Amino acid sequence: MMNLARWKVVLVVLATVLGALFTLPNLLPANVRDGLPGFMPKNTLHLGLDLQGGSDLLYSVDTVALRNERLTNMAEDVRTTLRDKQIAFTDLAVNGPEIGLRITDPAQANDALNALRTTVGAPLAGTPGGRDVTVSTAPDQRLRIAFVPEAFDAEASKAVEQNIEVIRRRIDQMGTKEPQIDRRGKNRIDIQAAGESDPEKLKAIIGQTAKLTFQMVDEQASPEDIAAGRVPPGDELLASTDGSAANYVVRKRSVVTGEMLTNAQPGFDQQTGQSVVTFRFNGIGARRFGDATRQNIGKRFAIVLDKKVISAPVIETAIAGGSGQIHGHFTPESANELSVLLRAGALPAPMKVEQQRTVGAELGADAVKAGATSAIVGLVATMVFMLLIYGVLFGGISLIALAVNAVMIVGVMSFTQATLTLPGIAGLILTLAVAVDANVLIYERMRDELRAGRKLIDSMEAGFARAWGTIFDANMTHIFSALIMFNLGSGPVKGFAWTLSVGVLTTVFSAVLVTQVLLAWWFKAARPKTLPIA
Amino acid sequence: MKFWPLIKVLPVRTHFRFVRLARVFATLSVLAIAGSLFLTLYPFKPPCGGLACGIDFKGGTVMEVTTAPKPIDAAKVHAALAGMNLHEVVQPGGSVGSALLRFEAPNGSDISATVTQVQARLKQSLGAVRFVSTDVVGPTVSGELLSSGLVGLGVAILAMLLYIWFRFELQFGLGAVAALFHDVFLTFGLIAVMRIEFNLQAVAAILTIIGYSMNDTVVVFDRFRENLRKFKSMPLADVIDMSINEMLTRTIITSMTAVLALVALAVFGGPTLYGLSVIMLFGIAIGTYSSIYIAAPVIMLWGVKRGVEDEAAEPLKPVNVR
Repeated sequence: MMNLARWKVVLVVLATVLGALFTLPNLLPANVRDGLPGFMPKNTLHLGLDLQGGSDLLYSVDTVALRNERLTNMAEDVRTTLRDKQIAFTDLAVNGPEIGLRITDPAQANDALNALRTTVGAPLAGTPGGRDVTVSTAPDQRLRIAFVPEAFDAEASKAVEQNIEVIRRRIDQMGTKEPQIDRRGKNRIDIQAAGESDPEKLKAIIGQTAKLTFQMVDEQASPEDIAAGRVPPGDELLASTDGSAANYVVRKRSVVTGEMLTNAQPGFDQQTGQSVVTFRFNGIGARRFGDATRQNIGKRFAIVLDKKVISAPVIETAIAGGSGQIHGHFTPESANELSVLLRAGALPAPMKVEQQRTVGAELGADAVKAGATSAIVGLVATMVFMLLIYGVLFGGISLIALAVNAVMIVGVMSFTQATLTLPGIAGLILTLAVAVDANVLIYERMRDELRAGRKLIDSMEAGFARAWGTIFDANMTHIFSALIMFNLGSGPVKGFAWTLSVGVLTTVFSAVLVTQVLLAWWFKAARPKTLPIA
Repeated sequence: MKFWPLIKVLPVRTHFRFVRLARVFATLSVLAIAGSLFLTLYPFKPPCGGLACGIDFKGGTVMEVTTAPKPIDAAKVHAALAGMNLHEVVQPGGSVGSALLRFEAPNGSDISATVTQVQARLKQSLGAVRFVSTDVVGPTVSGELLSSGLVGLGVAILAMLLYIWFRFELQFGLGAVAALFHDVFLTFGLIAVMRIEFNLQAVAAILTIIGYSMNDTVVVFDRFRENLRKFKSMPLADVIDMSINEMLTRTIITSMTAVLALVALAVFGGPTLYGLSVIMLFGIAIGTYSSIYIAAPVIMLWGVKRGVEDEAAEPLKPVNVR
């Protein structure tokens, strides 16, 4: 060992220089950093949301609601199909994961089965003649319609992807600092927005389904029926958003839907000066809207957003040309928000918040300060302790190894842009404090060997050789616990695990190789007769 | 300089008879484990038993609100939220004017909408109020976090057993795992007694303790194995004593550096890191103790193989420390 292999020296110098190079940007002010030549690394440590402030929102895509919605639509298809075939039925309803109905005439049960098998649902991709729903019979002329589980899973998974797309479009439209959007597991979406952004505003933009429909108001429904909650078949009862308690009975079938919009912009009504949202339909939408308004002059249509009526104006003339305005007690902000939502499109499946972690920027700054203070105090204490125990030379060598270690950790963290969290800082401090363990093991081994009567140079050789196995085994245990922490599922804890793992690797490197190189240099230069620590 | 470096002044070789006291300490440890288990589980309230359950594991919302520099009026907070059926708890926060508000959204309601509503009401009633932090965990996620946390602890212990088995022998692995269970249970006892919030960070702290406790155990075992080979006819108890004594300087120095760093974290790290660092401080102490008094003596319970030729010459008498 005291005859150093050249590769060891090269490796140590290289690692130190690279570590320093990647650590450097963290020490420079932003303007100097930007002025660095192109080949220099510029990435600083990537601070977690708990350190820089921000929000982490975990949404789950509500696949049950998605299924309910699909089944409800399908029930309407069932109704039309059977009516066309003049098959009488009762009890058509969505019961949990399936649609149930009863065919009145036993003789028609088979016809109904055959008719539904070919019309309801959609063809299954990959299986000729297969469909994504099964229609089965039950006693008492009852029929059950349910999704093929795999087909629905595939559809739900697609819905999650589409939701992510829509969220991305919405956030792009907002023009704020880009949040990070990731899929988590089967039906979760994680959104991390750094900085001062208001989580409530973000939630309003992201979480809203924003399904826009234009539906005719059913003028035949009497106010008494509405008050009693009795709804004619094919209609639905909807609340209104304008704060008035009035409920509307509207036709379930929508005339035009949000997908047919080509544009939506906030604006002002020229007569009243109120905030409005102006919109434009595509060709199909414009034609349908034109037809509907021409046929229903004098009647009302409802503009419905997520099953709530925004407004229900009376049709005064046929509206051709495919553009119009939505009046709905908007403020300029809410008009802007709605137009963003309409431009980005509706979420294919509703979502709900499962977890929200928000840290104010103020608190984040406090956390950085607390982390830095404890890091400095902890490390200085460790260094003083090591100097006290092992003296200037051997203590000092362990401190240089420690410094190289620290530089390498910060360098690796900056280079990989791994997230540094507050618990991560704790992990860092602990790693560095315990990194000296490797030095202690080596030094103690040298002293043991010397006491056992070996020569100085042999003791030093043996110190490294024999301590190595122990150091390796002891550090492997940290790697195991860190790997398991990765699966605990929270950002800050993952950050802790990551710094711990990086720390273990750099520790083994610096404590063993750096110490060895330094000691070898000292040995060559001083030609000592005794060990200063024995 | 006579007293520096300190390493020259420290006793070169100690001769403590650790194993002789193993019986006493084993009894104490068993009692402490029983007590810890009881405190951890009693009063058997799901999901965390006797521990101060954080929202990570039981779900709910913790919000830090501040009206600094004005002091916050808890009565006003309660009044603003009256009728929402939140069963909110208001605790003083870390600084003047701030308060921690804990509540659970009523069953089946949208947790996110509840937060929005609470913030709107507080803004209306308190005026210039700022929301320093908001943590909301829904019931599905909290259930998953708890199970993944517990599974993580189990897997960690199993992984350690397998590694030690692979690197040493099964008896060593069992000793190490006995020490690990000891450390984990006692740490749970500490979390229960000190009412430290039991959350993901606490689990991470325990996992770290598992790592460090193993680290200590491995170092002692390493020397133990070496001495077993060197001194084939020495009684097992003496080999254990000798190995621990030889590693004692190292054990103390390494524990000290960890303690120094952790004390700095506990004092200067702020409320977020306090629980984490206190748990780890305790864990370092208990881990050092357990590698001396649990891991090594447990090996004696089972006995170890000491090389084939040795077995024939001198049949091994397992020393009973129960």
